Amino acid sequence: MRGYLLIESRDPFESTGAARTCELAIQLRAAGHDVALFLVQNGVLAVRSGARRTELDKVLGTKIEVLADDFSLRERGIAPASLSGGVKAAPIDSVVERMAAGWNAIWH
Amino acid sequence: MKVLQIVETAYRATTEEQDDTVIWISHAMRGASAELGVLLTGNAVNYVAGEQDGSGLMLGAWRQTQPPAPAQDLAALMRKDVPVYCVREDLAERGLMECKLLEGIVLMSRNQLPRLFGEYDQVWRW
Amino acid sequence: MATKHTLTFVLMDAPFESARTTTAFRLLHAALDRGYDVNVFAYEGAVALSFAKQAQHPNAVHGRDVAQEDHPLSKNWIAALMAHARTRGADLKWVNCGLCVDERGVGEAIEGARRGSPADCWKMAQQSTATLVIPTK
Repeated sequence: MRGYLLIESRDPFESTGAARTCELAIQLRAAGHDVALFLVQNGVLAVRSGARRTELDKVLGTKIEVLADDFSLRERGIAPASLSGGVKAAPIDSVVERMAAGWNAIWH
Repeated sequence: MKVLQIVETAYRATTEEQDDTVIWISHAMRGASAELGVLLTGNAVNYVAGEQDGSGLMLGAWRQTQPPAPAQDLAALMRKDVPVYCVREDLAERGLMECKLLEGIVLMSRNQLPRLFGEYDQVWRW
Repeated sequence: MATKHTLTFVLMDAPFESARTTTAFRLLHAALDRGYDVNVFAYEGAVALSFAKQAQHPNAVHGRDVAQEDHPLSKNWIAALMAHARTRGADLKWVNCGLCVDERGVGEAIEGARRGSPADCWKMAQQSTATLVIPTK
C-alpha cells in the first residue's frame, strides 16, 4: 500500500486545518497505509512541550511517525530536548527521501 | 496516471483571475488528457452553492466583463468526465446541506477520504 | 549504484510573501544534493521567482549598504541551484506558467527558466517518481 507523508505547515492554534490533517493521518493509518506527519514552519509550534494539547496528541498515540523540521524548530527557539514526547526533529531531507520512495506527499 | 486535485480555499484572487485557478488548471490539464478528480474541502465547498454571483465589480471607469463562475466551471469539468467530490461535513458546517447545490457532485464523508485517495495514483492538495 | 529519481514540485507563492518559498527551495536543494533530477512548475505568483529584474537594496534600519545587506533574491537562489545541480550530475528544470507570466508582466526570466503551460506540469509529473504541490493560501 502507498505511503502518505502529510506535511503540516500551519499553526494549530490559528485554524482548524491542522486538526483536519491529524484526523486524515489517523484515517489513512487505520486504512492500512504507512503514514508520517512532517511538521514544518509554524506547524512546529504544536510540539513545544507545555503547549496546549491539540489533535496532534491523538496522532502521537498511534504508529504514525511525527517529525518536526529541524530548521523550523531552531528558527522558533524550540530545542530538540523540549519537544513533546514522541516527536522527532528531522531534516528536510526526510520529505525528499519519502518522495523518492514513492510516498504521496501532501502539503497543508 | 490519475490525480485527485484537492481544492480547499475558495475565492482566492478569483475576481482578479476571473477563475478559480485550480479549477482552471484542472481544465487545462484535462485538455492535455490528464485523468483527474476534484475534491472540494474546507471553504471551497461553497463553490457548489447555487446563486453565486461575482459580477458587478466597478473601479472608476473599469468594469469587469468576465466575472468568475466557479459552479459553472465545475459543471464543465464534470461534462469532461472529471468527477467532483465534496466533503459532506464541510458543507454541513457551513449550512449548505439545506441549500440547492450543483447537480452531479459526489458527497463524501471525511472518513471516506482514504478510500477515495486509494482510487487515484496521486493526491495533490492546492 | 543509487537510483536516479526525478521529483516534480509545483510552486505558487510569489517571492517575499511566505515561508513556503524558503521551504520549497530547501526541498529543491535537498533533492539535487542527492543527485535527483528536479522539475519545478511555477504557477501563479511563483512565476516571479525567476524574474531577471529583481534587485538588491540597502537596509537603513540596520545601517547596511547594498553589499552588506546582501539581500536574498529568488532568481539568485534558482541560479545557485542550477549550478549545484550540475555539480551533482543532476538537472533542475524550471518552467513558468506562461499565462501567469503574462498577467504579471514578468516575462524576463533568468537563463535556464523557460515559459510553459499546464501541459508541461502534467508531463513533468507523469515522468516523476513523485510530485509535491506547495499551495499558496
